[in-house]
Amino acid sequence: MLSFVLRRLASAVPTLFIVVTISFFLMRFAPGGPFNLERPLPPATMENLMRAYQLDQPLWRQYLTYMGNAVTGDFGPSYVYKDNSVAELIGKGLPYSMELGFYALLLALVGGVIVGTIAALRQNSLLDFSVMSVATIGVTVPNFVVGPVLTLIFAIMLSWLPAGGWGDGSLRFLILPMIALALPQLAVFARLTRGSMIEALRTDHIRTARAYGLPARSVVVVHAMRGAMLPIVSYLAPCAAALLTGSAVVETIFTIPGVGRYFVLGAINRDYTLVMGTVVLIAIFVIVFNLAVDILYGLLDPRVRHD
Amino acid sequence: MTEETKAMEPILSVRDLKVSFTTPDGDVNAVKGIDLDVRPGETLAVVGESGSGKSQTMMGIMGLLAANGTVTGSATYRGQEMVGLDPKALNAIRGAKITMIFQEPMTSLDPLYPIGKQIAEVIVHHRGGTQKAARPRVLELLKLVGIPDPERRIDSYPHEMSGGQRQRIMIAMALANEPDILIADEPTTALDVTIQAQILKLLRDLQKRFDMAIVLITHDLGIVRHFAERVVVMRRGEVVEQGATGELFETPKADYTRMLIEAEPSGRKAAPPDNAPIILEGRNVVVDYRIDGGLLKKRASTFRAVDDVTISLHEGQTIGVVGESGSGKSTLGRALLRLIASEGAYRFGRTDISGLDRAGMRPLRRSMQLVFQDPYGSLSPRQTVGEIITEGLYVHEPQLSRAERDKRAIEALKEVGLDPAARNRYPHEFSGGQRQRIAIARAMILKPQAVVLDEPTSALDRSVQGQVIELLRDLQARYGLSYVFISHDLSVVRAMSDYVVVMKDGRIVEEGPTDAIFSAPRAAYTRTLIGAAYNIAP
Repeated sequence: MLSFVLRRLASAVPTLFIVVTISFFLMRFAPGGPFNLERPLPPATMENLMRAYQLDQPLWRQYLTYMGNAVTGDFGPSYVYKDNSVAELIGKGLPYSMELGFYALLLALVGGVIVGTIAALRQNSLLDFSVMSVATIGVTVPNFVVGPVLTLIFAIMLSWLPAGGWGDGSLRFLILPMIALALPQLAVFARLTRGSMIEALRTDHIRTARAYGLPARSVVVVHAMRGAMLPIVSYLAPCAAALLTGSAVVETIFTIPGVGRYFVLGAINRDYTLVMGTVVLIAIFVIVFNLAVDILYGLLDPRVRHD
Repeated sequence: MTEETKAMEPILSVRDLKVSFTTPDGDVNAVKGIDLDVRPGETLAVVGESGSGKSQTMMGIMGLLAANGTVTGSATYRGQEMVGLDPKALNAIRGAKITMIFQEPMTSLDPLYPIGKQIAEVIVHHRGGTQKAARPRVLELLKLVGIPDPERRIDSYPHEMSGGQRQRIMIAMALANEPDILIADEPTTALDVTIQAQILKLLRDLQKRFDMAIVLITHDLGIVRHFAERVVVMRRGEVVEQGATGELFETPKADYTRMLIEAEPSGRKAAPPDNAPIILEGRNVVVDYRIDGGLLKKRASTFRAVDDVTISLHEGQTIGVVGESGSGKSTLGRALLRLIASEGAYRFGRTDISGLDRAGMRPLRRSMQLVFQDPYGSLSPRQTVGEIITEGLYVHEPQLSRAERDKRAIEALKEVGLDPAARNRYPHEFSGGQRQRIAIARAMILKPQAVVLDEPTSALDRSVQGQVIELLRDLQARYGLSYVFISHDLSVVRAMSDYVVVMKDGRIVEEGPTDAIFSAPRAAYTRTLIGAAYNIAP
């Protein structure tokens, strides 16, 4: 088990290296730069800036410098938020994004599994159809629509909840953004759960459990549910990585000081270092969660146990 | 009431039982009002071909029908009506008084829990107590069904056990609460013959010991003859005949029963003349499979599937290759056709084909064809039958016009006894036997000289099997074909082939003319195989 984890962590190093390299060059090949503003800067200023940030160096040297610094944990200064380093920006915003993301993940997972299971047990009933139609809407309606609609109803018309901001970090402030963030993922979990539950309920060993007089509850919970969780666990990794690293749309709508917006703002502003920092952050989350999921998978399914 | 008449009282009485399924194409009546009785301690065989409703009858009684199924009529267990019984009361009977084992030992156990836990769950549910308290009883049951080293195996997972062992685990589970009736639904169909014999013997021993009735659902008359006291023959959801086993086999009353009994493969194949030239040969064939350790594990081991086998197929000959699963017989067939990497010297007719690569083999492919076991999986569901059978022509006779190809498809379908209109339809519209005919047409359209038939009849009912065997013999006589006939079914091999090769663990243990092998087997393993096959008349 330990050697499995170590092997997987070791194999993460080349993965990260490739991700960072590709992103670095992609960013540089995109037209424009961090200091190309709507009103061009005077050439002398521009030259000074380029020199100060070493952007006048040949690309390969910039790449080596960046990689050298990145290995030591220095992701450079932000080119746009000039008083902050990338590490500071991410360090400040990440706790907000993670807290919000964690609640959203919990809501999506628990809600989705419950909804999907109910739909599977009542397959092709009115309940199944209505629940799954709502789930389809959940996937298709983008959260930049859901967010404002929620705000309109619960914050402005009913005045039950604040319209945005982090406030004192209490749950009241989190509820609306959490729902907006969780809804599409909840719908995905519900669909996945429904499909795999229906499949699990049809298996031969479920027939065995029923033939041996086990009560419906233990047939579903003990035998069907555990097998049906496997595809859900697989989806958990990319989903957790996406939710915990923040959402540009939701954080902007609800003015939450997380890291989600940095990826988009960074890309638009050609803030090379900020984008790179965000890419590394997301890549690490994906790698770590995939590893966690593989371990969890082994715990759930003895056939893929790593020893 | 005397003791004797009481013993004759049925413990399970089925009256006018009907099972139907609601489907998008209307209702399907799978069981159309049948009567049958199960008496204490007896073995009752329910016989029929696929679609006869024999399994659905039992599923209906046990409340195990699929969601679109309904059961009506009556099934009383010791006076208690089971049809329409509320789930709680039904659950008190299922798994305690009436238990079941199934055809699929590989999938009938939950893959995620140790087998000991699954057996204990059944005990705890019906008798109360804890998993821990049930453990000694589970160990006792494992010993009873002949699992070696039960102390260690009790914590094994299903995937760590063989098919035969898993069926033993199912039997242990079935016995856990000392039932009155054990329903065995094709319990040995998925198992090798030697394992089948062991399982059936185990069931018979345990039946005596526990004095339980066994309802044996099967399509295999050989098993019925050796195992059952009474037989119910079912066809299309109805009982066509029932009676004592001996009587039924001696003087079958219904035509259908007679047809089933006569459907046992018969006939012999004459050997080709001694001077018949060799058409396909593999000398010292060795096939190794690599077992990868995964991306980051360095150690990869190899498994030798075929170990130094020499086989020479003469023109007009049929070589039967028999062996149990894992004996390497299918692998040998693929190696002979040069479909997998292997060592050895191969020739086709006078051509040395040992060193040929894929491109080099291509012109020869049309002369060397392969027919698979699974008529369901080996035909693409998204192509019409016409597209499936003419696909090879695109490679081997690309100059053919569309009209000519269509003509060839019509000929090929007629040749295998199918309506030419079949070429515009899709595989799922055909039965298993018809699909196997399509697969044979696909091979025959190329006018091959040698055909490897890999278990071509194993997935088919006996009566359909007989027809496919007839077809294969007929084609052989007409075109002077040579066959390598791979099968685990000795009765079919005896009817089809003039020469037999017996394989075990990748090696040939015995070979010779068919009659010699069956009348005077020399190797101990061959004797075991023949002894275990119930369907070979002595």
